[in-house]
Amino acid sequence: MIWLTWRQFRVSAAVAFAALAALAVVLGLTGPGLADEYSAGLAACVAGSRDCVEFGQLFFRTKQDVFLVVSLIVLVLPALIGLFWGAPLIARELEGGTHRLVWNQSVTRTRWLTVKLALPGLAAMAVAGVSALLVTLWAGPLDEAAAQDVPRMTPLLFAARGVVPIGYAAFAFALGVATGMVVRRTLPAMAVTLALFTAVQVAMPLLVRPHLLPPVRTLSEITALDVEGIGTPEDRSVLVRVQVSGTDRWILSSRTVDASGHTVELVPLPTSVCAPGGGDDRPPPDAAPPRPRPAPSWLSACVAEMKRLGYRQEVTYQPDSRFWPFQWLETGVYALLTLGVTALCFRWIRRRPS
Amino acid sequence: MTAVVAAQGLGKKYGRRWALSDLTLEVPAGRVVGLVGPNGAGKTTLLSLACGQIAPTSGTITVLGGTPAAGPAQLAKVGYVAQDTPLYPGLSIADHLRLGARLNPTWDHELARRRVERLGLDPARRAGRLSGGQRAQLALTLGIAKRPELLILDEPVSALDPLARREFMRGLMEAVADQELSVVFSSHLVSDLERTCDHLIVLAGSRLRISGDAEELLATHHRLTGPRRDPGRLPADQHVVSASHTDRQSTLIVRTTAPILDPAWTVSQVSLEDLVLAYMDTPPPAAAPRPVLEIQR
Repeated sequence: MIWLTWRQFRVSAAVAFAALAALAVVLGLTGPGLADEYSAGLAACVAGSRDCVEFGQLFFRTKQDVFLVVSLIVLVLPALIGLFWGAPLIARELEGGTHRLVWNQSVTRTRWLTVKLALPGLAAMAVAGVSALLVTLWAGPLDEAAAQDVPRMTPLLFAARGVVPIGYAAFAFALGVATGMVVRRTLPAMAVTLALFTAVQVAMPLLVRPHLLPPVRTLSEITALDVEGIGTPEDRSVLVRVQVSGTDRWILSSRTVDASGHTVELVPLPTSVCAPGGGDDRPPPDAAPPRPRPAPSWLSACVAEMKRLGYRQEVTYQPDSRFWPFQWLETGVYALLTLGVTALCFRWIRRRPS
Repeated sequence: MTAVVAAQGLGKKYGRRWALSDLTLEVPAGRVVGLVGPNGAGKTTLLSLACGQIAPTSGTITVLGGTPAAGPAQLAKVGYVAQDTPLYPGLSIADHLRLGARLNPTWDHELARRRVERLGLDPARRAGRLSGGQRAQLALTLGIAKRPELLILDEPVSALDPLARREFMRGLMEAVADQELSVVFSSHLVSDLERTCDHLIVLAGSRLRISGDAEELLATHHRLTGPRRDPGRLPADQHVVSASHTDRQSTLIVRTTAPILDPAWTVSQVSLEDLVLAYMDTPPPAAAPRPVLEIQR
């Protein structure tokens, strides 16, 4: 049975191996240069100084595109595995009627399915694991440089690093197999698999991941850096919009509350104390300021007034230090999903009419 | 002798339709059994039940004394050549033989190799590029080289041209002669069975119409021709299988173990084909006892 499974799987395995080898070569060739450039740049500046921060940001921005492409490979890989390995695995047998051939050899269906799931399933996890490891190693300097702009807990980055890709690949494969069993035709099974897997992958960061561990909730003073915009709709008052930027954390929600704890969209302030001056009514031009600028004195006055009136910023977030606990937790969630779907596959094969 | 297939009140329902209902029969060992019936009579359903591909909705079926597909040992005892002889199009002939060798402890490699050689097939040829006849032959080789005690074939020749059909049946009969093999195969063509089968099962409308050894069936069925008369007025031991009437004449096919004494009838032999057609044509009698011939040995 192992021989037959391997015989049917070997072309797919060869393609995957070749792609993985190509990825390894490309990353292996460019990785050391990237690391050297980063460490040389850091060595040239005084640690913690403004220059160092600037270098890090510049380093990341020049390589943003390739960084994105490499991360996308890891993101897309599980879906590809589910589509091209999972969905056709049983659907193709059912479509061609070959299940009637193979189920009448001296091998029980349960054993047949076990081997058929195990070999490509383990291969899928291996491919996902190796590619995630390669990318995590390669992107180490970039991840570090980008930590200010893109914390590791950011959904896109979180899913492309560490061990979760292994869980995604295992689940995508099992999902594809189960879909193929139910749909019974290869192409529709692939389409359904893609739709289901995408839905799960979108639902996970939106609905499940924020609650894997109880998020941290802080109520903090508003600083000048948090002020996102100031408008002056009337002569006598200004409206301040406050938004904290996410460094070293994955912000789930951020709202401004007044002294009694009610959410306020915009903070109204009298112009007598807070008068935006010099025509510069949007102090930090970028959402993420390139570096901490000294706040103009009028802004400090506005901030002081907000503080006096009791406005504060309530932020719920998952700190970046939870990256690894979250990686293991989410891998565990996907392992459970995979086991559940696999159990359905075995149930199906025991009861299924031909 | 033990029965190769024994069914008790066997039924299989797909959705709300019974593909096979209330089937009770016993097939003795060492026979070449022909399973005949019109399309949709339940032939494939019965064979799928016998090889454990599907589970019955009601009743029981045992094959060679065991539950179909209950385990590797049971699977090894039963060979199955499915309808349309499915093969892996991407795998070569040699790969298919290897598949058989890997998946069957009882595999007879020498036999398989000889058969492929005699068929003049290149072992490196992909199964997807074989003709229908060659595909069927390869599927048959897989079934035979497994060395089963019972080989089940589902419409193996229905898609083949007459020449390929004859070749296939010859291969099958050689295997039956060489090995101690019981065979059950289905067809909707009676002519396929006439030369090869020594036991018949006739299905129609998802029900068993008759089953029995061919010789016995021929000996107990007669065609009666005579002046027109109501078939209901025949002696009680004569079961009318089919009746056709013209203005003045009646032609009946009846089943009876007693001799026909009425001098008004001209009694003639029926052929196996006439017999099968007679059973396939007519609906089963609603209240009459099911016409099952007991095998007496």
